Amino acid sequence: MVTNRIDHKWGMVVDLDKCTGCQACVVACQAENNLPINTKDFFLQKRAYEWIRIERYWEGEYPNVKARFIPVLCQHCENAPCEPVCPVYATYRNDDGLNVQIYNRCVGTRYCINNCPYQVRFFNFWQPNWPERLKNQLNPDVTIRTRGITEKCTFCVQRLRRAELQVERVSGERLNDEKLKAGNYAPACTQACPTNALMFGDQNDAESKIRPYFDDVNTFDIHHEEERTTRGYRLLEEINTRPSIIYLKKVDQYPLNEDEDHV
Amino acid sequence: MQEGRPLSPTEINRDLLRSILDTPRWFWPVVGILATIVLAAAITIGIMINSGLGITGLNRPVVWGFFITNFVFWIGISHAGVMLSAILRLAKAEWRRPATRAAEVLTIFSLITALSMPIIHTGRPWRAIYWFFPYDFARGIWPNVRTPLVWDPSAIFTYLTSSTLFVLIALIPDFAVLRDHTTGLTHRIYSLLAMGWEGNPRQWKMQILSGVLLSALILPVFVSVHSIVSWDFGMAVAAKTWHSSIFAPYFVVGAVHSGVSAVVFVLIILRYIYGWQAYIRHEHVDALGRLLIVVATGWFYFFVMEVIFGIYGREADEIAVRELQFFIWPISGWTLVFVITTYFIPVALWLTKAARRNLWIMSLACISVNIGMWLERYIIIVPGLMNRGVFTFTWNDYVPRFPEMIIIAATFAFVSMLLLLFSRVFPLVPLYDIKEGEFLRTEVKIGRRVVPATFRED
Repeated sequence: MVTNRIDHKWGMVVDLDKCTGCQACVVACQAENNLPINTKDFFLQKRAYEWIRIERYWEGEYPNVKARFIPVLCQHCENAPCEPVCPVYATYRNDDGLNVQIYNRCVGTRYCINNCPYQVRFFNFWQPNWPERLKNQLNPDVTIRTRGITEKCTFCVQRLRRAELQVERVSGERLNDEKLKAGNYAPACTQACPTNALMFGDQNDAESKIRPYFDDVNTFDIHHEEERTTRGYRLLEEINTRPSIIYLKKVDQYPLNEDEDHV
Repeated sequence: MQEGRPLSPTEINRDLLRSILDTPRWFWPVVGILATIVLAAAITIGIMINSGLGITGLNRPVVWGFFITNFVFWIGISHAGVMLSAILRLAKAEWRRPATRAAEVLTIFSLITALSMPIIHTGRPWRAIYWFFPYDFARGIWPNVRTPLVWDPSAIFTYLTSSTLFVLIALIPDFAVLRDHTTGLTHRIYSLLAMGWEGNPRQWKMQILSGVLLSALILPVFVSVHSIVSWDFGMAVAAKTWHSSIFAPYFVVGAVHSGVSAVVFVLIILRYIYGWQAYIRHEHVDALGRLLIVVATGWFYFFVMEVIFGIYGREADEIAVRELQFFIWPISGWTLVFVITTYFIPVALWLTKAARRNLWIMSLACISVNIGMWLERYIIIVPGLMNRGVFTFTWNDYVPRFPEMIIIAATFAFVSMLLLLFSRVFPLVPLYDIKEGEFLRTEVKIGRRVVPATFRED
């Protein structure tokens, strides 16, 4: 097949300063990717599906507290620890810079789940099931995964594929941030975020709005962290997995006054 | 100098073939009970495959639980075979003779059991063919050779093949004896298995040569199998306390520790149920006990070093898991039980000769070691996965449920059943080896010294 397709390297920037912890991304992801409904049972069994989750941490002692939010999703690492341990190559890094999971290939050894430092891989302990009235709302572009396999965030690869088909194959141009925006193509979480805390773009695209952050963090590694000009950092940077997601630090204008705790 | 009275070849044949030529009354009921447990587990596995792994206690992030613990445990038990037959054969330890066959057979059966554990543990076992079988079934994708999970089956299958060959070669002269003692269909089957053994010097030479060669070839496998199993954990970057370079020797020594203890226990049981008092003697158990003191102490050194290495790095995540292992109830309780039962109780007992020669104490010590070694694997695997890292949202505990319990219990029943069935058709104490030992024990008195009358030809 002859196409104009150019290799992309998709990435995301998460601005923690803008994140309000509203969980809209979580709901959007759940709806887009045909995730089973996280019932109370699932949470009690500790087997909830959270391809993206908002981790909430408390700072300070009650009543002088602040909530901190951090959305954690698959980091699509360049040097992913989950990839080399899969005995059947069910997970690998594709040309788009995505860490992808082949559901048909997966045996279910769960080694990748063990080896993920971010704990963003999920095992289907049960056959996914939806109430009868919800079966018609399933996304036809996304597979329904069987029991006994590992699944995870795909950066909504189905949306990227649709965008590529339209832009690169139909109009013969390169897919970039503007075209993504114009076509309303972005991962569901990014699209749903009310505060634009999540930014999605192509790391290979020099014009991309996420590019400066990646340039900065790539230029100054963990040992030169203080020389960075942006607020960017990577999650668990010290283990050198080189994620495709950059977090921007929260700048707290009103930090907790430590002395007030003891009043 | 060996203990006990001298035995004639006829007597040896009669005693050691007793388990084969007449069935004890308890035999089939016991096998039946064991088979029922195995069947119950098979049904549980069926239900588990049908409904998903949700019926177990596994969760996220503790996705490896009792099954993998049990897998490592049985791989450990399998290390007794080579330790006892290959190493002791090359070292010419006389007291190894009655123990070799039981050890090798235990190796084979525990390897088969161990191999079944990861398959049961996977979510879609029927797809494990992509994993185990080196062939590009779909779209030119071969198994991923970068992962320890592919090194594992390679090492285990190599070990299984070589141990099976080892047992078969050692069995040929005994098959010939059985062929001469049976009639009818069994006679024909044993004739086939004996492969025309006549006991002429050339055949003996070939048999001994192949035994020695296989012993030497199997030694690298002995070291590599459990090293590779340990790399399942050692190669994992994300699970704290797993990512350690000391795991390979630590696991190998631990495997020998639990394996040899298991063999001692099996020997004591065999001695009791088949009345082989003249063959499995106190001196043999005594010698194995002395060997175990050395092995156990070596293992204890690695255990302490592993903890020290972990703490030495002073990583917060690592320290958190160590704290979980040693100070937080209930895992700290299990750790205490594991250290005491693996090292302090058995070694304290083995240090006295009276205890080493008391079969009750020996069997209790050996059971204690194996309880401890099972817990050791649990303490290594599960707290490492409980993930006490910086992301507190993924902290989790693990409580096994009934399906895991029954499957674990069934692995023990399965190995016991296979051993019993094996003892029904093949001699579990090597006849020819005992006869050779009897031949070598002839002694003469020169002055005040007693020396062996014959020297082994080297």
